[in-house]
Amino acid sequence: MPKKSMRDALREALHEEMERDDSIIVLGEDVIAHGGPYAVTRGIDEKFPGRIRQTPISEAGIVGTALGAALCGMRPVAEVMYVDFATCAMDEVVNQMAKVRYMFGGQTDVPVVLRLPSGSARLLAAQHSQCLEAWFLHVPGLQVVVPSTAYDAKGLLKTALRGKDPVLFMEYKRLYTNESEVPDEDYAIPFGQADVKREGRDVTIVATGPMVPKALEAADLLAPEGIDVEVVDTRTLVPFDKAAVFASVEKTNRVIVTDEEVKRGGTSAEIASLIAEECFDALDAPVKRLAAAEVPMPFSPELEKLVVPKTEHLVAATRELVG
Amino acid sequence: MPVEAPSAEKLLDMYARMWRIRLFEEQAEYQSSQGKVMGALHTYIGEEGVAVPICAHLQDTDYITSTHRGHGHCIAKGADISRMMAELFGRSTGYCKGKGGSMHIADFKVGMLGANGIVAGGFGLATGAGLAAQLRGSGQVAVCFFGDGAANRGPFHENINIGAVWKLPVVYVCENNQFAQWTPQKDVTLVTDIANMSPAYGIPGVQVDGMDPLAVYEAAGEAIERARRGEGPTLLECKTYRFHGHNFGDPQQYRTREEIAEWSDNRDPIKQLAAHMRDAGLLSDEQDADIQNTVQEEITAAVRFAESSPYPTPDELYKDVYSYDIG
Repeated sequence: MPKKSMRDALREALHEEMERDDSIIVLGEDVIAHGGPYAVTRGIDEKFPGRIRQTPISEAGIVGTALGAALCGMRPVAEVMYVDFATCAMDEVVNQMAKVRYMFGGQTDVPVVLRLPSGSARLLAAQHSQCLEAWFLHVPGLQVVVPSTAYDAKGLLKTALRGKDPVLFMEYKRLYTNESEVPDEDYAIPFGQADVKREGRDVTIVATGPMVPKALEAADLLAPEGIDVEVVDTRTLVPFDKAAVFASVEKTNRVIVTDEEVKRGGTSAEIASLIAEECFDALDAPVKRLAAAEVPMPFSPELEKLVVPKTEHLVAATRELVG
Repeated sequence: MPVEAPSAEKLLDMYARMWRIRLFEEQAEYQSSQGKVMGALHTYIGEEGVAVPICAHLQDTDYITSTHRGHGHCIAKGADISRMMAELFGRSTGYCKGKGGSMHIADFKVGMLGANGIVAGGFGLATGAGLAAQLRGSGQVAVCFFGDGAANRGPFHENINIGAVWKLPVVYVCENNQFAQWTPQKDVTLVTDIANMSPAYGIPGVQVDGMDPLAVYEAAGEAIERARRGEGPTLLECKTYRFHGHNFGDPQQYRTREEIAEWSDNRDPIKQLAAHMRDAGLLSDEQDADIQNTVQEEITAAVRFAESSPYPTPDELYKDVYSYDIG
């Protein structure tokens, strides 16, 4: 099976779905000039002229316009250059996109996808490095997707582009170049299905996005010590596959929940509390959480490297948990 | 291209729609005073001369977006007043199954993309509707109704600029009723003629007396035809006045009785249209009474429908959050 980067896998998903469905359009800043800041939309203008619109720097306008078009028969994919800038469109996301189906009594589908480059990369500091999943998973009506591999990214984006509900598609910038096997044949990955990326007996690591490869690394490092780690990749946060997480916890009886978001009020808090509330009897030890430091992302590499959890932290936390 | 004057038939239809709005709103206020209509209630009384003549140019396939003061837009666009009233009563037969209320009535079947509780919430929706129409080459237009208060929000700027640069078939209609909730426009805005902001976007700005339905009809006709021809948006400002305050129960300490009377006694758009039609020999006393009686009967029937409709059942709570069930 060919290996592809997440960037190429996302681009393939867009091209293939645009080929299949004429109502898909792409909007965003610099999406033609440069294919977006991470070149995901490169080539669309040549292949699908007129179906990609390069916008002014107007996030509220981009998201609002995408939503309006979605209510009128189109299927827009809006790229917001950095998830940090989605804060400039919070009304459109939270008060409009998330609400229109419910508050209008189910009169309309809301097939709109926001692609949101996330997380730290290239030392971009406080306003270009955030992970805001938790803000969005708090809002009923939105779906939140966080792929960790090229394979998952393509399959999940295809599902997003075939659905009827808004999707906030978190693309971790540091994962764009990561490669995995991606088949040439068409496939889609349903939402609400976590993926056990590695089976194990002793400890479960529930990981999202960029923490998944680190969890797999940690598992490899711990295996020689006889510690058998299971890695569960949530893949989508809304809808959330509780059953898969609980099944793993019931098997291993020990769990670490990890993401790159600021720890306070982050996704890991939600997942940990679900386990504590609904799966407590399966636990032989308290749930552990590994997430980012509660600081704005600093610029200097000497500080930035201290913010998000690393493989070595997962290794240490796992040892502690089984010790 | 001059806009053709409305036919006698169209004038009668506009006149009836304006009464339908007026009497619907008066009834909604009465039902609110009786505790039957719940929640916030922002009436369109006094502003009927804006939405009705504008929507008279539109088909069901055209789109409008609205505001928190949305009942008039719904009725002007052809929504069913029984389902509207049922929504105000919080009943399951309402447009939103009782999940939206006054500030969120929508009727997608007639292109009414929803009243909107967020000031300036309609700009993106209308601009996107215009984009969809342009991409399809369908000749549809979108009309974005907004208030003078919304012109001070960012989406005004971002979306009009997008609409202008892409030459989208959108007409941005400012219903300048001169108050942002309880704050006079002149206290918060130096440029009180919103149409004068249009040069910043490179599009035409047109100001019209929003109390004169025929003037609005003509100005809107030009703007809508321009949009249909693919020449892009117009910023159309209609100077108007809400006769009953921001919401039902508003003590209106920010304005005088004399000021209100000046507008409601001398500039009422329904009276103005009636006077014109009488002068032109298009409205007899008998026709006038018939129209008002018929509308009154529709309103009575709407209340009866609402009152006799069931409340939503608890199983509705988790429906419509997504297209799939989350029960």
